[in-house]
Amino acid sequence: MGILEVKDVNKRFGGLHALKDVNLSIKEDTIHAIIGPNGAGKSTLLNVLVGKLVPDTGSVMFDGQSVLGRKPHEINQMGISRVFQTPEIFGDLTVLENVLIPCFAKRDGAFRMHAFETVESEAELIDLAERALVDVNMADKRHHHAASLSRGDKRRLEMAMCLVQRPRLLLLDEPTAGMARANTNRTIDLLRDIKERREITMVIIEHDMHVVFSLAQRITVLAQGSPLVEDTPENIKGHPKVQEAYLGEAH
Amino acid sequence: MLGLNKRDTRFLLIVIALTLLTPFILQPFPEGSALAQFNAGYPDLMQRIAIFGIFAIGFNILFGLTGYLSFGHAAFLGVGSYSVVWMYKLLDYNVLPGLVLAIITSGLFALAIGYLSLRRSGIYFSILTLAFAQMSFNLAYSVLTPITNGETGLQVYTSDPQYLMSEGEPITPHLFGLVMNESYKLNLGGWVFTFNIGYYFTAVIAILAFYLSLRIFRSPFGLMLRAVKSNQTRLNYTGLNARPYTLAAFVISGMYAGLAGGLLAAMDPLAGAERMQWTESGAVVIMTILGGAGTLMGPVLGAGFIKYLEKIFSKINENVLEGWFSFLPEPLREVVVWIFSRFTGEGWALTLGLMFMLVVIFLPGGLMEGGERIRNLIRRKKNKPGDGASPDGTPAE
Ligand SMILES: Nc1ncnc2c1ncn2[C@@H]1O[C@H](COP(=O)(O)OP(=O)(O)OP(=O)(O)O)[C@@H](O)[C@H]1O
Ligand SMILES: [Mg+2]
Repeated sequence: MGILEVKDVNKRFGGLHALKDVNLSIKEDTIHAIIGPNGAGKSTLLNVLVGKLVPDTGSVMFDGQSVLGRKPHEINQMGISRVFQTPEIFGDLTVLENVLIPCFAKRDGAFRMHAFETVESEAELIDLAERALVDVNMADKRHHHAASLSRGDKRRLEMAMCLVQRPRLLLLDEPTAGMARANTNRTIDLLRDIKERREITMVIIEHDMHVVFSLAQRITVLAQGSPLVEDTPENIKGHPKVQEAYLGEAH
Repeated sequence: MLGLNKRDTRFLLIVIALTLLTPFILQPFPEGSALAQFNAGYPDLMQRIAIFGIFAIGFNILFGLTGYLSFGHAAFLGVGSYSVVWMYKLLDYNVLPGLVLAIITSGLFALAIGYLSLRRSGIYFSILTLAFAQMSFNLAYSVLTPITNGETGLQVYTSDPQYLMSEGEPITPHLFGLVMNESYKLNLGGWVFTFNIGYYFTAVIAILAFYLSLRIFRSPFGLMLRAVKSNQTRLNYTGLNARPYTLAAFVISGMYAGLAGGLLAAMDPLAGAERMQWTESGAVVIMTILGGAGTLMGPVLGAGFIKYLEKIFSKINENVLEGWFSFLPEPLREVVVWIFSRFTGEGWALTLGLMFMLVVIFLPGGLMEGGERIRNLIRRKKNKPGDGASPDGTPAE
């Protein structure tokens, strides 16, 4: 039994069959990559996992509990965090405030009326947030307006926001898109380091094969809404079907 | 001090000083001088500024922080007024029980309206609040006449029970004997300063209201409200439920509005349904935006600015204008007076509209942004050009 079990999931958008009989089992404490051409349904699958979309059929179990029918904030409180394909951050707030919010969410739950403390006095959480910013190499930007960051920085900020929650399952939708090479490598190191330091499961969607083969322990190839093959990176590299469906034309 | 850091404490002290010195500040010109008509030392105007300041401070907690634009906050203002007058009728003219009741009833009312309206966001939320407020207004006029006394408005009659009324107690609103509309006049040279009990009572409450809003702004709760405005998607996927946060903000701002409505009835023991009209809801929106939504001082500034100019402009009638332009030759004078009179007196709303347009177009951050720009200009002149940006990037207060 994996920590995440996706069974017979189907999702149609009108005439478009975006997810076709998707079955997927993600083993706890692994990094699992999902690759596939544009429009394959990778982001749609993540949307189903975090409660943004409800599938037409099928079930999604996280750690033995059904995810379906729960609100996004409830799913996050179960221990699932997501980095989006287009960064979702609090643009009006400072970088530090952005990272503080998930700290509060983790400590206080989905709602708490803490109107009489000050943010400033939460030294422990501020410390936690600052360390998360050091991890993604953004400590010097902590007082910047998040909206003014570059696309790559926004993505690293979003990653810090997810990591600081110490999720059990981290979903990353193209985490290095829009990043300079140096920062891509730094991101690979960061994720690998986190993985070594603590127990965490990651599902990573990525077009950059350098990232995929540096990190993934299992790879699922998704094409036109259904999983084509699932195997170890070594086997995927040489797989004729994969070469043909994805790697061959893309690279 | 008081759970505030040094900067905020200093800020609060300045606000307290300004509020307490308002009778001097709004009376800059000697009595009888040509400029005396620009004085605003009347107790009723100062009271209104403080009361609408409270209204706008509360509105800003909802609109300024979460971005949810309510067009129905006048309903809570009305509920507050009715509550206070009812306490006059049932107990006595002491304002305290009424104000407490005003806060409670408006809070409950806001809970109901907020619960329903917050199922939608954006323009649909605004329309829902507007609809509920107009409904309340119409109910107050018709079906609810036994409670609201309909068109006549709610007031105290000699036949009312007033169970707590004792011998010799004042028969106008008071706080344990301190009569609201009593004033003390100070003659200093040519100036006449009026210190009104009602003003100081509302001013003290306004300071408390401001302090509370300052605490909310600096709290984790306030941070969450700003996060709601900034990106609700991210908030949800970060494990936070936006709905109770917005509802809490809605109820708090409704209670502020109820308190303001209650204070209106504490100054003048009347409550009418017109206080629930959409024009009042619109007024608080304009005050907040004009002053600077989302800033601490902006709403107060907006309320003061509008109430002051309203008083001054509506006093300028054609006779006054004739006086001003008497140096012009006859035909020209008539034209000039005609043009100016469109914008003054009854036409004051036109001036307000124009001002609002100019601010929204050129200063989207309101008067606070204007102040900020002037400060930056001065700072840039002092420093070398080029390093004008503030290093810590703190936004305007
Ligand atoms: N909310 C939606 N409504 C309608 N169609 C959608 C919706 N979301 C996705 N689609 C369609 O479903 C298909 C799969 O989209 P998805 O975003 O999952 O692809 P992807 O594998 O993430 O691609 P990419 O690599 O470009 O991000 C696409 O054809 C897309 O246009
Ligand atoms: Mg995608």
